[in-house]
Amino acid sequence: MDIAIIVGLDVISGIASLVLISAGLAVIFGMMKIINLAHGEFLMLGAYATVLSVSAGVNIWLAMLVIAPVFVGLFGVLVERCLIQFLYGRLVDTMLATWGLSLVIVGGTTMIFGNTIVGVGSPLGGFSVGQYQSSLYTPFLALMAILLMTTVWAVMKFTRAGLIARAVMQNPDMAATLGVNPARVYMATFGAGAAMSGLAGGLLAPVAGVVPTMGAAYIAKAFITVVGGGTSVLWGLITASGLFGFINQIAAFLTTPVFGEVILFVAAVVLIRMLPTGISGKFFKGRL
Amino acid sequence: MQILKGMNAALIGSAVVAVGVIAAPYYVDLFQIMQLTVFAAMAVLALSLGFIWGYGGILCFGQTSFFGLGAYAYAIAAINFSDSTPAIVMAILIPVIFAALLGYFMIYGGVSDVYLGVITLTVSLILFNMVNSTAGDFYKIGNARLGGFNGIPGIPTFNMPGNPDYILSPEQAWTVTGLALIVVYLGLRVLIASTFGRIIIAIRENETRAALLGYDPRFYKLITFMIGGAIAGFAGALYINWGAFVSPTIFALGLSAQIIIWVIIGGRGTLIGPVIGCLLMQWMVTSIGEQQTLDANFILGAILIVFVLLVPKGIAPTLRDLVLARLPAKKSETAPSNERVKA
Repeated sequence: MDIAIIVGLDVISGIASLVLISAGLAVIFGMMKIINLAHGEFLMLGAYATVLSVSAGVNIWLAMLVIAPVFVGLFGVLVERCLIQFLYGRLVDTMLATWGLSLVIVGGTTMIFGNTIVGVGSPLGGFSVGQYQSSLYTPFLALMAILLMTTVWAVMKFTRAGLIARAVMQNPDMAATLGVNPARVYMATFGAGAAMSGLAGGLLAPVAGVVPTMGAAYIAKAFITVVGGGTSVLWGLITASGLFGFINQIAAFLTTPVFGEVILFVAAVVLIRMLPTGISGKFFKGRL
Repeated sequence: MQILKGMNAALIGSAVVAVGVIAAPYYVDLFQIMQLTVFAAMAVLALSLGFIWGYGGILCFGQTSFFGLGAYAYAIAAINFSDSTPAIVMAILIPVIFAALLGYFMIYGGVSDVYLGVITLTVSLILFNMVNSTAGDFYKIGNARLGGFNGIPGIPTFNMPGNPDYILSPEQAWTVTGLALIVVYLGLRVLIASTFGRIIIAIRENETRAALLGYDPRFYKLITFMIGGAIAGFAGALYINWGAFVSPTIFALGLSAQIIIWVIIGGRGTLIGPVIGCLLMQWMVTSIGEQQTLDANFILGAILIVFVLLVPKGIAPTLRDLVLARLPAKKSETAPSNERVKA
């Protein structure tokens, strides 16, 4: 019984971390149809912002939940202005440019901070289920994932900015004729996506080794989740994270974490064969 | 011999380079010969991506998957058979099978360019994690221990076919690698000039139109993808023949990015471009490695961004256009009409 609870917690934490690490990528992909290959580096920058703020004496919650997303969000706007805006309509070139950006960020961070692991302690204690120990940080991550998804849903559904964003997502030309400037919407979207990646990076900082190359550990899962989910930001992300998080954790429990990832990938490739536009391309067409 | 028409320049150029390859050991010292060997092995890898991306229109971001699989297949086979000839066959066969499986799911699934790029990149990341975790005695194929993150050291290098005791010297290994590069280059030139080559270019230009003419784009793309896998796997064997060592970093993101950079800066849609890009970048990365202030990734990333923004066609096509523009009027009249055919 205890083991069932622990595995259940693992599944929940797996799904929650998939939602968190993929959310920024999914927003940018869903709205702008571009894949940001520097996504992992945005996570890494969020984690570094958190670690550096904490070591400068800032409260860890403030560092994780405010400083990391704001810093990476601003960085995202900068990137959009200096790089992405010149490449709209050239999907492949955008991917290549963001890949170049990812190398630049990794190289730059290595030059500044060196190739060493830094970290912060987990701010929450643990609890025990029978003979097993678990960290309170796991349910906290799940809570954050739910909060993030609810916020995105509420903003998209009930605010004017969300309405404009949905309009541009459905038909940019039509939105432009109605007086919306798609370029500005894209800039804001890229910034928002980057901020979400920064938040995820900040939340991961206490549970991950923070190094310049840490992004590579997360992007494989994030890519699979977004590609499997398709272009619908919310439903694609939630269904894909739920499905893949479940498969990943159960497979990891039965084999090893690494083979869990391999099985997750095989499942994703089979899914893509059946649903080439992702889960949301088939079941949630046109939804958020 | 219709195919060989128009290839005079390539044949003459290749013959000159081949003479250079054979003569090099008499004029260049051993250290530089070793450098040239790895450059040539990597150039074969560059050709594999230059072919499937530039001519097949397949955006593969994880060409290292096939390169690494070829290297590991060669290593395991060479250790078990103590003979490099069947090992080279394995280094081509295993990546081709893997490319067939992966390509079937992606290409017959009809995924878009962007998805294909992301999926192939993800494959290389997962292979990296997977091979990284194979440390310990449990992970063993025959006599070969996979060794996890430590890699496999002391892999037997190439020997004379049929005579496993005659191991090639570094100079002979260089000659083999250099000639292999030329053979792969010419082989691809012939392939592109053949009916198959014309069909895959037609598919790259307009998939629907090619399909309406009766060619199944999925089938031709899959074959192209497999040929790319075969060449990349062969490059993996050549790479091991140089270093006698393989580790999971062969699957790492850094190398995937480098292959893309070689093709981008050299030029898509040419074969000589990726080779030039590869040699240039390898030389540059080696030079960067000799100093400490600037990180190689930083420079590579910056070069990639600059080329995507400013020279999206790459070096070779840009130079070709410059030369064509300077030629006398008669020639430059034909140039635009070529362009129109391409568009």
